[in-house]
Amino acid sequence: MSSEDTARQVRSSAFVVSARKRKLQKISKMAGESTLLLIASFVAVVVLFIFFFVARDAVPFFQIRGFSEFFTSTNWYPADDPPGFGSLAIIYGSLMVTVGSALIAIPMGITAAICLSDVLPFSVRQYVKPIIEMLAAIPSVAFGFFALVILAPLLQNFGGPILMWTWWLIVSPFLLLAIIVVSELLTANIASEKKRKILHATSLGVFGLIALALLFFVGRKLQGIEILTGTNALNVSIILSFMALPTIVSVSEDALQAVGRELREGSYALGATRAETIVKTILPAASSGILAAVILGIMRSLGETMVVWMASGNSSHIPDPWFNYLESVRTLTATIAGDMGEADQVTGSARFHVLFAMGLLLLVISFVSNFISERIIVRQRKVLSGQ
Amino acid sequence: MIMKHFRKILLSAALFGLMSSGTASAAGKLVLDGSTTVGPIAKAFASHFYKETGTQVTVSESGSGNGAKSLINKTCDIADMSRPMKDNELAAARSKGVNPVEHVVALDGLAMVVHPSNRVNALSKAQVRGIYMGKYTNWSQIGGPNAPIIMIQRESNSGTQDSFKELVMGKDNPISKRTETQSSNGAIKSRVASTPAAIGFIGLGFVDNSVKALLIDGVDPDAKTVKNGTYPLHRPLFMYTNGQATGSVKQFIDLPKTAEGKKIISEIGFVNYY
Repeated sequence: MSSEDTARQVRSSAFVVSARKRKLQKISKMAGESTLLLIASFVAVVVLFIFFFVARDAVPFFQIRGFSEFFTSTNWYPADDPPGFGSLAIIYGSLMVTVGSALIAIPMGITAAICLSDVLPFSVRQYVKPIIEMLAAIPSVAFGFFALVILAPLLQNFGGPILMWTWWLIVSPFLLLAIIVVSELLTANIASEKKRKILHATSLGVFGLIALALLFFVGRKLQGIEILTGTNALNVSIILSFMALPTIVSVSEDALQAVGRELREGSYALGATRAETIVKTILPAASSGILAAVILGIMRSLGETMVVWMASGNSSHIPDPWFNYLESVRTLTATIAGDMGEADQVTGSARFHVLFAMGLLLLVISFVSNFISERIIVRQRKVLSGQ
Repeated sequence: MIMKHFRKILLSAALFGLMSSGTASAAGKLVLDGSTTVGPIAKAFASHFYKETGTQVTVSESGSGNGAKSLINKTCDIADMSRPMKDNELAAARSKGVNPVEHVVALDGLAMVVHPSNRVNALSKAQVRGIYMGKYTNWSQIGGPNAPIIMIQRESNSGTQDSFKELVMGKDNPISKRTETQSSNGAIKSRVASTPAAIGFIGLGFVDNSVKALLIDGVDPDAKTVKNGTYPLHRPLFMYTNGQATGSVKQFIDLPKTAEGKKIISEIGFVNYY
């Protein structure tokens, strides 16, 4: 018995120095874990508290004024007597600039991420990625200043030509690609080599002419447009998209990198070209990460305040027609920032609480879109892992 | 050993305390908050006052509404305002034990400004009202070029905005929803200076060559017409104190009555009240 005991002691002492030390380890482990838990729960509690306090000050507004005015009227006259708190135009303005910036930032961001991760050589990527990420370090007030002082007059003075050149630059490569692919597809099944070549050439010619005509006439039309006010939804959308870009590029590039060599090399081994590998293998595999990047970018645009306050023009009406990005709009965030000064409990409570109602609405929108994207990501992972 | 150190610390603390209390009693400090229109006057007074008396004066420009709020919350000594205090603000002040006293510092005209290239030189008050109500949407309707009118207003926090509503719009005439909003006199000026079809309103002191001030009802906005009241869009500018001003606050608030104060006010483009 005693010999067995000493043997065990000798054996264990090789790994654990003493009972006291073991106890100390246990305590420090517990202390470490509980500290981490405390910090993590603190963050969660902060979010809940923000929600609670914003909601607490938002509820009185709906008690005083009801729901229908806030969501259906466009009469935003908070300082008048009698006041109007119709926020439909403001909600619409927020959605408009968010959608506008998403339309610019998502295609650009994902394309840039693909280029960084799968097209550019490593030595170039090393320099380009930090430069793109540096956009995130520019303070939003600097972006706003740029939008107000440089972009707005530029849009007013050279709006038509700018729109025309943008149209040409963006659309012509896509049209060229489409013409080549369509002609290739149309003539692929023709047996006689000579006939196929002739048909291919005519198809290229015909589609090329159509494309040129489209480019020219739409370009002419755009050139004729006169932008009356440079502080408009387009200006804000452009600036917001630049602010969302670094997030989208950086996070989607990480997602694309995370796909790994195995899938890429497997795809190449099966005879796929680089384009096929990117479109059919890498993008689907990275889609959940790319979606997360897109949601993060969109949230940045929706929540941005300084730029929209400076550059959107802040007129609370729904543009006419509704998709007219060349008119000025007002957003929820800018309204909160702009009206907070006067809206104290001092000056009439509905006016104070309506801003919290707007804050609550912003919170709800971002929570819902985060929730939806989370669900999509989970489902996508299940599909990819074959469950 | 410890005792020795302790004494040293005590001594330096006492010295430090003596020094800081000494500077406080000698110079003191004034805090001003409020209107961006009154801001230039307050800042010019502040540097003059510092040279004369050595008193530090901090001036914040956050809008008349915020100025009133700061005075009510006792975070400033003087509230700059480009409109009189509203009844609900006075009520809120009294409920917090603050007694706002009004002092007129200067007179200001509200200049309607357009781009220098605009060929419109004069408008009537009714025409300005019509523009901001959305009745006139094109400059050609009021004798200008064929271009849609871009109206620019101030944010709801601004005393200039309140003055404009009171002097031009009147009650029951809401400003058109298409009107753009900028958050300072300077921002409106730079927007109008860079937008050919724009119209905006700024304090007379902010008018310079980059914009063109319109004649209203045939009267040119300048110091003389504002002083004698023929220019229709004029208003007094205020500073509010908590209770009757005493000490350095009184000295500061009385500056507009002194010769130097008057010189400063007219130098930066405002009109003397006294």
